[in-house]
Amino acid sequence: MMQDLPNDQILPSAASIRRLAVSESGFVFDPTSGRSFTVNETGVAILRALQQELSLDAIRRDLAVEYEVAPQMLERDLSEFLGSLKDQLS
Amino acid sequence: MTARYPTRIAVTGMNARPDNPGPGVAVARCLREAKNFDGHIVGLGYEALDPGLYLPRYCDAAYLLPYPSSGDAAILERLVEIAEQEQIDALIPCLDAELPSICRLKEALDDMGISTFVPDLEQLTLRNKDRLEELAGHAGIDSPETKAITSVDFFRDPKKDGWDYPMVVKGIFYDAAVVKNKEEATDAFRRISREWGLPVLVQKFLDGEEVNLTAVGDGEGRLLGAVMMKKLAVTDKGKAWAGVTIADETLYKASRALVAATKWRGPLEVEVMITGRHDYHLIEINPRFPAWTYLSHGAGTNLLELLMKLMAGEKVDDAPPAPAGTLYIRHAEDNTIPLSMYESVVVRGNRLAIKSKTEEQP
Repeated sequence: MMQDLPNDQILPSAASIRRLAVSESGFVFDPTSGRSFTVNETGVAILRALQQELSLDAIRRDLAVEYEVAPQMLERDLSEFLGSLKDQLS
Repeated sequence: MTARYPTRIAVTGMNARPDNPGPGVAVARCLREAKNFDGHIVGLGYEALDPGLYLPRYCDAAYLLPYPSSGDAAILERLVEIAEQEQIDALIPCLDAELPSICRLKEALDDMGISTFVPDLEQLTLRNKDRLEELAGHAGIDSPETKAITSVDFFRDPKKDGWDYPMVVKGIFYDAAVVKNKEEATDAFRRISREWGLPVLVQKFLDGEEVNLTAVGDGEGRLLGAVMMKKLAVTDKGKAWAGVTIADETLYKASRALVAATKWRGPLEVEVMITGRHDYHLIEINPRFPAWTYLSHGAGTNLLELLMKLMAGEKVDDAPPAPAGTLYIRHAEDNTIPLSMYESVVVRGNRLAIKSKTEEQP
């Protein structure tokens, strides 16, 4: 389970998240690598929350309230998103 | 004292084939749009079909030069002719192969009232592709092993020297090919040695992402106006046709260290490969602006404006790197010209400036 892992194994580094230019449209630009990618509305919300240095628990709570989704499904989606984010920023 | 900016500038490198353009057209375009230049631009090329010779919007007039292999005397003689006709007061060389001649001719050009802002011969030798390790040491980063060879024998059994395919075969001045076996290596060696002479360099292949930096060294150890670029798409020859400005602190620091150590004078392009988990390797340094120089104007740091200031002897206190997030996408465009214009270049080696109506009146 993702909750059992330390944050540094789940999340990209705080510096790599902070530097991202995240547009309202979901277009994300990494000014160091020059890579760009797109995320959906939920992805924008997660990225913004990470940039504000909210904890993963706080992000889980906010998403659960916003999307009324079963905890297991939320955990799976969040894990997938963070995994692909880490790949993009590695 | 007010700085005296050049007003009639010759720019070389007008070859501009879409798959592998020289830097001259981009440099002339930057110059045309520079805030501190409103003068006359003379494009210099080597072949009658060099596209930049026929672009009056960037080059008011254009001339052919003898190839660098013709020797310094032939080049100087031609520059004297061009200077008499065009009254040029500055020259910006844009091709690697002509830099040694221009450096050697610097004093003669100064005497003719033609300023240059180029490295000295010692600096130029230091950036030779076979001295990469030494340069990388200055930059504080790694470099792929590079070896100068003069025969295809090396490719028969490279493993005995600790080499393996794929590897990169490079010209001493220009051109590079990634080769996967002996046959490809031999073909690349023959093609490159025919065009650029011997030795040919072999370099260990690095699989990674290339990032480049262009800037101007002030000759006192400072790197000015860095523009960093990540290629987004490349041609068959590995030349970028789309790229984006980036802000890569490691690339910037390495380039600053290089310029500080060599006291580099003039434009330069630093090519770096990032492998694995952010390991930086110096691939090469080019002693001139790259073909993607126009990106510097688009990103708000027109490097030709900086060069004008340095050529005028103006002190440049601060020229920070260009911000990340400006893209360029190169495109090919057909240019039509009257046959007489081509005839003039073929027969007389020049395309003279089209006179304005006021100039034509007696």
